[in-house]
Amino acid sequence: MSDQVTMKVWRGDTDGGGFHEFAVEAREGEVVLDVIHRIQATQANDLAVRWNCKAGKCGSCSAEINGLPRLMCMTRMSTFEPGQPITVAPMKTFPVMKDLVTDVSFNFEMAKRIPAFSPRPPDADGKRRMAQRDVERSQEFRKCIECFLCQNVCHVIRDHEENKQHFAGPRFLMRITELEMHPLDTGDRIPLAREELGIPYCNITKCCTEVCPEHIHITDNALIPLKERVVDHYFDPIVWLGRKIRRKG
Amino acid sequence: MADIERHGYDVVVVGAGGAGLRAAIEAHASGARTAIVCKSLLGKAHTVMAEGGIAAAMGNVWSEDNWKVHFRDTMRGGKMLNNWRMAQLHAQEAPARVLELEEWGALFDRTKEGLISQRDFGGHRYARLAHVGDRTGLEMIRTLQQRAVSLGIDVFMECQVHRLIRDEDRVAGALAYWRESGRFVLFRTKAVILATGGIGKAFQVTSNSWEYTGDGHSLALWSGADLIDMEFVQFHPTGMVWPPSVRGILVTESVRGDGGVLRNSEGRRFMFDYIPEVFASETADTEAEADRWYDDHINNRRPPELLPRDEVARAINSEVKAGRGTEHGGVFLDIASRRSADYIRRRLPSMYHQFKELADVDITAAPFEIGPTCHYVMGGVKVDADTAASTIPGLYAAGEVAGGMHGSNRLGGNSLGDLLVFGRRAGMAAAEYAAGLGAEPNVEEAEVDQLIRRALEPFERSGGENPYSLQYELQDTMHNLVGIIRTRSELEQAIEAVGKLRERARNVTVEGHRQFNPGWHLALDLESLLTVSEAVARCALLREESRGGHTRDDFPKTDPEWAKVNNTVRKKGDEVNIEQVPLPEMPDELKTLFEEPAK
Repeated sequence: MSDQVTMKVWRGDTDGGGFHEFAVEAREGEVVLDVIHRIQATQANDLAVRWNCKAGKCGSCSAEINGLPRLMCMTRMSTFEPGQPITVAPMKTFPVMKDLVTDVSFNFEMAKRIPAFSPRPPDADGKRRMAQRDVERSQEFRKCIECFLCQNVCHVIRDHEENKQHFAGPRFLMRITELEMHPLDTGDRIPLAREELGIPYCNITKCCTEVCPEHIHITDNALIPLKERVVDHYFDPIVWLGRKIRRKG
Repeated sequence: MADIERHGYDVVVVGAGGAGLRAAIEAHASGARTAIVCKSLLGKAHTVMAEGGIAAAMGNVWSEDNWKVHFRDTMRGGKMLNNWRMAQLHAQEAPARVLELEEWGALFDRTKEGLISQRDFGGHRYARLAHVGDRTGLEMIRTLQQRAVSLGIDVFMECQVHRLIRDEDRVAGALAYWRESGRFVLFRTKAVILATGGIGKAFQVTSNSWEYTGDGHSLALWSGADLIDMEFVQFHPTGMVWPPSVRGILVTESVRGDGGVLRNSEGRRFMFDYIPEVFASETADTEAEADRWYDDHINNRRPPELLPRDEVARAINSEVKAGRGTEHGGVFLDIASRRSADYIRRRLPSMYHQFKELADVDITAAPFEIGPTCHYVMGGVKVDADTAASTIPGLYAAGEVAGGMHGSNRLGGNSLGDLLVFGRRAGMAAAEYAAGLGAEPNVEEAEVDQLIRRALEPFERSGGENPYSLQYELQDTMHNLVGIIRTRSELEQAIEAVGKLRERARNVTVEGHRQFNPGWHLALDLESLLTVSEAVARCALLREESRGGHTRDDFPKTDPEWAKVNNTVRKKGDEVNIEQVPLPEMPDELKTLFEEPAK
């Protein structure tokens, strides 16, 4: 079983570009990435697209499909209205390199700014013990495949380029929560989250959660708790008093 | 002298999967100026797709487990063709490497006592795979990636190493190109660690990503290093088969480790019909015993579904050939009738998700179709077990690109441990070698200029063939003629076909310009794909027996003479030569481990 479909694929580079129309075959069960690959193999050998696993595990093939941020490998062709053209565009928040490939180095720069995991000493017998229910909180965030769709869709940076200086985006704020909730970690990254990486900018519109292909509850389980910890740290009178006293001692 | 970007390092690591990252961390820790050069973005390497876990005899679940049992399982799984010293080091050191990951922030699933949980897998006597649900590879790569970033190691992402440069016989540099700009980069370096993974993209149905084009295997061979055991290619028994676009995507062995069984179209648990003599004493021969084993490993034997992968893949192949396959040419994997939906979703979340989203199949509700998929190459660069050094000074190899560790067949879970154990050893040894090297090796500029000119030729030709069509033809040839079951006439045909493809590849044309041009990248990758394909087919033709990941229809039995040698591939001028070289001899105290009855 196969159909002819019309794909409108954005092509261009740093100097600009536009949508190019391709008439191409789509076979049963295929995903958008299969069809993009067919265009590449048969009509446009130099069509630039990032991909690796084609199984939703590596987070390389992020794009905006009919305007929605998705993984091309996990978007089945059968979910589209037959006969309607399908548009595929690069992620908007990051500068275009070529065609569907964007410069995502912002994310790798942000990752460098988060202080590493620093564990407490092991138990007396040299082993480390943690309860399953305690590791599960951070495990949810470690499902992240770094597709950067949450970064792409977060309007703090999507619509305000200037915010990229002081807003790490949902992926890396979640990473801070992950370390905060890690049962063994001793670091304190709350001041960093507030003062340099911009957690106060987040106004919990949940756009990140909606596009997460791993279905991580980014807003509810990572960003809101991080905001709460910031509030506790800076504004809770008891915590404030305790810190004041400890500092004197 | 070409006007190109230049860098100088002590150690350049090619590849940023588990082995590359672990090697770089160790080389850096040993004081070497270290760079990672990888062809994808950081964190996307193939390790990310590993699902089941890291085999390590930590004894958290079964205190009876120890390195000797793991060593024995590994050797028997590899049909005794493994480099015994690698298998020993791996079994001894894997537990420390797992604990080290925990030290760096990895969050493994826990036992009731709060220790790292361990799960059952094929060929392993005890439950010994440290895991995180069914996304262990992601946990591993993220942990190593975050560690490498926190150490400030230089990473060159989307930068592909094209050729290694030598000074006389030793490594002197690596010529690479940026995928984005198409511009060349010269790394002058004292040592190179290959950590490039495998060759799966030479085959049509594979669980491997686009990156698996045999780069490291080819770089080593072209530089004069030896490869061994290239005939041994693992077909994982369980890949998805339907719909066609997902064909080959991996279905983790954990489905069977956690209770799933294989059935043919008649509903029969056929694996009981395929228990080989060598595993008979440790494999259950009734369904009742097999089912009791999950809770009591001491008084029951393992279910035959958990035989090593080569056995299970061949059995599935036979069932399908005998007409007892499913509608789309596979068999059924059934966990739905054996475990609760809750249990399945908790233990196998990404499998549940993968089938639901890609195939509209609910694995908690009904059996689903699976079939063999090309998964792993046991063969690779011949290395010294303790140092991961190849036969060329300054060149090291770790992980899938290295040969020997897994013999003729790899056990599930032994790959992730391999990456860590030998990644670390390679990093250590390469740093030491670099520190001990007096003068910086010399790079011949004329050679660099010539390599660059040659690499750009596909842009200058017109009217030549499309590189994608050639890759499809190659994959088709390897799949049909050098697949799970092989025979002389087909292998000869394959060698001839690969030779012809090589001729045609010299004439490919690419469109457009150098900036992020996948057509050009593939045109260059074709050289390595063709190189490894030829090595696989020629080794397979020579080995006139069946063993592990190499099954000959015309020589169906194992041959004790072939148990003593590795096929060893070496470049001689423009030709590739293959010789049979005796295996390293196992010391007597280890040999005795194989004389005791199975415990």
